[in-house]
Amino acid sequence: MTNTNMARAQLAQGEEAIIEFNDVNKWYGDFHVLKNINFSIKKGERIVVCGPSGSGKSTMTRCINRLEEHQKGTILVDGVEMNNNLKNIEAIRKDVGMVFQHFNLFPHLTILENLTLAPIWVRKTPKKQAEEMAMHYLERVKIANQALKYPGQLSGGQQQRVAIARGLCMQPRIMLFDEPTSALDPEMIKEVLDVMVQLAEEGMTMVCVTHEMGFAKTVADRVVFMDAGEIVEANEPHEFFDNPQHDRTQMFLSQILNH
Amino acid sequence: MAIIFKPSPSLPPPVTSVGAVAWVRQNLFSSPLNIFLTFFSIYILYLLLPPVVEWALINATWEGSSKAACTAGGACWAFIGVYFDQFMYGLYPEAETWRINLAVILLVVMVGAFAIKTINKLYLSIAIIVAYPIVAYFLFAGGVFGLEVVETSLWGGLFLTVLLGVIGIVASFPLGIVLALGRRSEMPIAKSVCVVFIETIRAVPLITILFMASVMIPLFLPEGLNFNKLLRVLIGITLFSAAYMAEVVRGGLQAIPKGQYEAADAMGLTYWQSMILVILPQALKLVIPGIVNSFIALFKDTTLVYIVGMFDFLGRIQAANHDSNWLGTTIEGYAFAALIYWVICFGMSRYSMALERKLETGHKRN
Repeated sequence: MTNTNMARAQLAQGEEAIIEFNDVNKWYGDFHVLKNINFSIKKGERIVVCGPSGSGKSTMTRCINRLEEHQKGTILVDGVEMNNNLKNIEAIRKDVGMVFQHFNLFPHLTILENLTLAPIWVRKTPKKQAEEMAMHYLERVKIANQALKYPGQLSGGQQQRVAIARGLCMQPRIMLFDEPTSALDPEMIKEVLDVMVQLAEEGMTMVCVTHEMGFAKTVADRVVFMDAGEIVEANEPHEFFDNPQHDRTQMFLSQILNH
Repeated sequence: MAIIFKPSPSLPPPVTSVGAVAWVRQNLFSSPLNIFLTFFSIYILYLLLPPVVEWALINATWEGSSKAACTAGGACWAFIGVYFDQFMYGLYPEAETWRINLAVILLVVMVGAFAIKTINKLYLSIAIIVAYPIVAYFLFAGGVFGLEVVETSLWGGLFLTVLLGVIGIVASFPLGIVLALGRRSEMPIAKSVCVVFIETIRAVPLITILFMASVMIPLFLPEGLNFNKLLRVLIGITLFSAAYMAEVVRGGLQAIPKGQYEAADAMGLTYWQSMILVILPQALKLVIPGIVNSFIALFKDTTLVYIVGMFDFLGRIQAANHDSNWLGTTIEGYAFAALIYWVICFGMSRYSMALERKLETGHKRN
């Protein structure tokens, strides 16, 4: 752990939880996809969620901004309970950025328009100011020269960096990443991870579903391992990788690390 | 030291695959069957084209005051010439037809103004959608600024056809979108209202709706509360077309990947914001061919108002065919009707293709 990480971890300990799962359960029809999730994330913490497919890791992450509804238990985000109150949901979504596996950029809008859409319509930022901010974030993800192109004209890696910049334009307090590199060619994964590492170093609260274990080792404060709808193990990366407590975790790690 | 990789230069395609000769060879003479079909088509054209040209142009009579003047054996276009004003304006008073012409010119100028770069497109759209219909209404109906009142029962010909078509299209389009959104809504009442409306209207022929509008509604309404027949027919056509439009739009909405809805939601956009800014622009673009298909069908369906006693373009032509001076000019009348309908519908179809190309942002690379 670097010094800044250490400092941040201490800082995080002092603060209260920004995301809290209390006995959260969710079903898809009869399929029990989340089982008694109890978990809390502190402000500034960087959480990596991993696990086999179908383990509920994406679903859990998507419950945070209520792209998925849970049926039992409570989820508090920034002190606000995520229930059917539309006003609450919209308010929380303003502050929670999300990056998807398939980017989900809006293909009918230019890159710049993709970035300014939410600031202009949700935050009511004046157009000029929104564009300045958009260009600032596009420069940060090193893609400012593509601002006037359409998403279809960009490579996968570029599109995903745009998607991250789009999330940042809302100046969120939390960023969610749902397998951000899974749909990318190997050569493009690094350019996206670099942006995410940079973001982590700036103290953004991040929840990241990923199988990039290198990223988890360098960036995460805690790694969460899920299987069959449950959190099997959650620990800081050093302990998680070198000394996994649970046999299921050991098996998972041996399968993804030794190939 | 590693070997440095240098991509090979890109070469132009071989010459044999471009140019007119190559095109003819590929498209007309690529196989024995294709060669046969090419010559067969030429033969059919040889059989059909000369007699048609002879009838329509070479032996045609262009001027005259009755069928008796048409002695050349070809088409009797004099009939169209004599009745032209009635075909265009119906029974609208001849001295007042400048009002229709003015309204048409006004619309063409306003739409044409979109091409001017410096003009504010928002204000122009508002002018066309809000101000223009009011101006046009008073031009057509009169009663203000000393304009003579012209009863809607006198409106007819191509004027009535275009009026029904344009208003039907402009009104049914937004209504269809709302119905499509309603049908996909999660609110049970809104959803069932939309489903019932769409399925009922689609299960009924347009003729039935027009009869309801023109004959039944006045029977149900209390004495004195009767409104214009043209308006009733317009509402009937609009509702009918909206039901079809709704299903076309729904097809587009379903084709938009779930991720687009999620991305819009995740940003905190409200339902209407995400529909108007994100989903509908994509969905409508996808279904432009289907939308235009509905528009063209609607435009041609307006001819059915003939059966409720309104003389649109085709109705006027059929009525003129009964003129004893011009008996035997049915073919000329229908040929003229076909030509005008074809020009308008083909125009719509070409416009839709141009629009599709203009809105294409998918895979083109600069």
